[in-house]
Amino acid sequence: MTKSQQETQPLPRVKEPAGVVVSRRGALIWLLPAGIIVIAFLIAPAIWTLVLGLTNYRLTGIEAKEPQFVGLENFENALTDPAFINSIWVTILFVLGSAVFGQAVLGFIIAWSIRNLAPRVRSSIELLVILAWIIPSSVVTFLWIALLNGQEGTLNTILGIDTEWLLRYPLLSIIVFNIWRGTAFSMLLSSAALASLPPSYLQTAKLAGASNWQQLRDVVLPSIKGYLITNLLLITLWTFNDFTPFLITGGGPGGKTETVPVFIYQEALRFLELGYGSAIAAIALAINFVIAMFYLRSSRRNAAR
Amino acid sequence: MRIRRGRVALGAGALAAAMVLSACGNGDDSASDSDDSGGQTEETQAEETADEEAAAPDAIQVEIGANAVRGGKNEQTAAWIEDYIIPVCTEELAANGTNVEIVFNGRGIDDEDFKSQLALDVSSGGGPDLMNIDGIWVGEFAEAGYTAPLAELAPDATSWDGWDQIDPAVQANMSYKGERYGVPSGTDGRVLYYNKALFEEAGLPADWQPTSWEEVLEAGRTLQQALPDVTPIQINAGVAMGEATTMQGYLPLLAGAGARVYDEDNSTWNGDTEATRDVLGFYSTLFTEDLSNPDLQLLQDGRDRSFQEFAEGKIGILGEGDYFWRAVIEPTVGNFPMADRNDVVGYAKIPAKEAGAGLNGQDFVSMSGGGGYVLNPNSGNPGAAWELLACMNSKESTLALVGDVARITQRNDVNAEILSEDPMLSFVATEVLPVTAYRPGFAIYPQVSVAMQEASEEVVNGSSANDASASFGEAVADLAGPDAVTNN
Repeated sequence: MTKSQQETQPLPRVKEPAGVVVSRRGALIWLLPAGIIVIAFLIAPAIWTLVLGLTNYRLTGIEAKEPQFVGLENFENALTDPAFINSIWVTILFVLGSAVFGQAVLGFIIAWSIRNLAPRVRSSIELLVILAWIIPSSVVTFLWIALLNGQEGTLNTILGIDTEWLLRYPLLSIIVFNIWRGTAFSMLLSSAALASLPPSYLQTAKLAGASNWQQLRDVVLPSIKGYLITNLLLITLWTFNDFTPFLITGGGPGGKTETVPVFIYQEALRFLELGYGSAIAAIALAINFVIAMFYLRSSRRNAAR
Repeated sequence: MRIRRGRVALGAGALAAAMVLSACGNGDDSASDSDDSGGQTEETQAEETADEEAAAPDAIQVEIGANAVRGGKNEQTAAWIEDYIIPVCTEELAANGTNVEIVFNGRGIDDEDFKSQLALDVSSGGGPDLMNIDGIWVGEFAEAGYTAPLAELAPDATSWDGWDQIDPAVQANMSYKGERYGVPSGTDGRVLYYNKALFEEAGLPADWQPTSWEEVLEAGRTLQQALPDVTPIQINAGVAMGEATTMQGYLPLLAGAGARVYDEDNSTWNGDTEATRDVLGFYSTLFTEDLSNPDLQLLQDGRDRSFQEFAEGKIGILGEGDYFWRAVIEPTVGNFPMADRNDVVGYAKIPAKEAGAGLNGQDFVSMSGGGGYVLNPNSGNPGAAWELLACMNSKESTLALVGDVARITQRNDVNAEILSEDPMLSFVATEVLPVTAYRPGFAIYPQVSVAMQEASEEVVNGSSANDASASFGEAVADLAGPDAVTNN
């Protein structure tokens, strides 16, 4: 993750140092500890997931003791399983709604609109947004359940109505929740990006008669594009893999909020189908990989320009 | 500009530090209350054990794991273990020359979550020495090697004198393929509860005993017209309710339609049959006529919500087990106590679809189950664990568990003494248990159960009974194989 973050940020080009300080072999030795950790905790489990995905392993029953190799059956079942296809759609809507259009846009808008406020006002606003981000999930989900509860929930009490929000608008509920929850990161990153912008750019643009919108479109956005892409990459992956909505809706009603991680949890730990769950986890891993590649390529293209 | 950037970085640093700290806090908590976190905590665990050994030199630690917790789920059991079993059985075992330190590891979570937690604990070499599990999990736990026959782990168990007091049908709840795996903790029966006050307002009799499904629906329609704010009927459905859907709703209905979930004579599971369509048709009527509230079936806390609404007088008729009577609406220890329970709450046997249409040509039906304690094969000292289990199931301990709140225990000698005190439970013992049925003890049963929950949820969401039944038949064929399913 950190590696990609560095790559995506537009770094000033540095000339190659004249003499090589560390030999190739020396460099390998220095890389070894990190390499071992990556292999032990990232690559090995990923391969293990793939292997489990090829078996009928279950948490209980005879298949727990003597799992059988079933080839690609789990993968075939997954791709024809309407519940899995549904979970992919739910995840796409959840990621687009809450991360890409929600957190990233709202985070930038907040950062942009508070940038010239008095520092004290600014940090108070930032603190409020960050609070939503740092309170533990179990606590905030409890608060949101209380907020959206159909019987005497806070929202219903304020509006004076009687709506089961989590049953009538389940996906919308968790999208709004996740925007509220995660906007802080996008706001912080956008603030940092805006702060890195040399003030002379904007002053020049202003002298040339550019409106606020023109400054934003032609000066600010192109200059901080690298940051924004990094932000999109991170929040897309986080949101794709986010499990917190489960704590509010449990994936229900009728699978309407069953994102891919929730689906994996249900299959693996509720229905105890560890083999099938692993196969889907492997598919999710591949999707994550594709998303990361997509962003990395576009940021590299951006850096090359 | 520079200064400002510095401040942002500082703020972010403090934030990161706070997050790391809070993460550490969480880690400590979870390491202390379960041992499923793998190799990293092994060292600390070894240290903890060493400390405990230093405190009590020759005591063997025996851990009881149950889905029961003070101030929450199954509080009665949790209090019994902590206040009675730990002091009394520690002393009794010491008198027999076994020094034990009894530890209670209680939870208060969904049964399905508790099951996967136990399975994960045991599969990674840990878990409590005595595990409180549902009778229908015995098969899949036994097949996976998460528990073993009592005779194998603790040979002394074979000669226990308590077996004479436990009915074979109840023993079968904690047996698999003819072998005892544990000691059951009693059994239960299912009835229709109704609110006599609402019945009176709607002009229905206070002493109500329907003899067909149609009469239940009729009573619901009468309630609906007289009391528009009341949910007339609540029969559990849907996946969120878990096994509560199967036990309280689907299976009693299936028995009322004259079918068993598993036909032992033909070794086939009930699939897309007329009985299945009858069951789903009954559900369909409930929801299409607005006699039942679909939200209660879909909400995550739907069952608790149904308890609460019944206790508040907002539900007319509710299908539940005797657990509801003695643990949910019980005036003093219940989760949703009803001070006027004895006057306001009535109970009736669950009728078959029509008189004589039930299982074995019965007029009334019920389903029974029950949990119990099994030994963990990872236990360092299964002999001591068995001694504790025997102590927990002595007549005295069983009487202590029952206390003032009667329940149908595993022991006949205890039942003879206590059931007469509670009219509801003697009703279950004398009227309901004779017509009851048990679930098949196969490892695959819990998956078939999920398929039944899914079929009922389809109906909740508006599918027709025929469509839901057809997809149920396919689901069972996928699970059991096409030859092991009856479709007609």
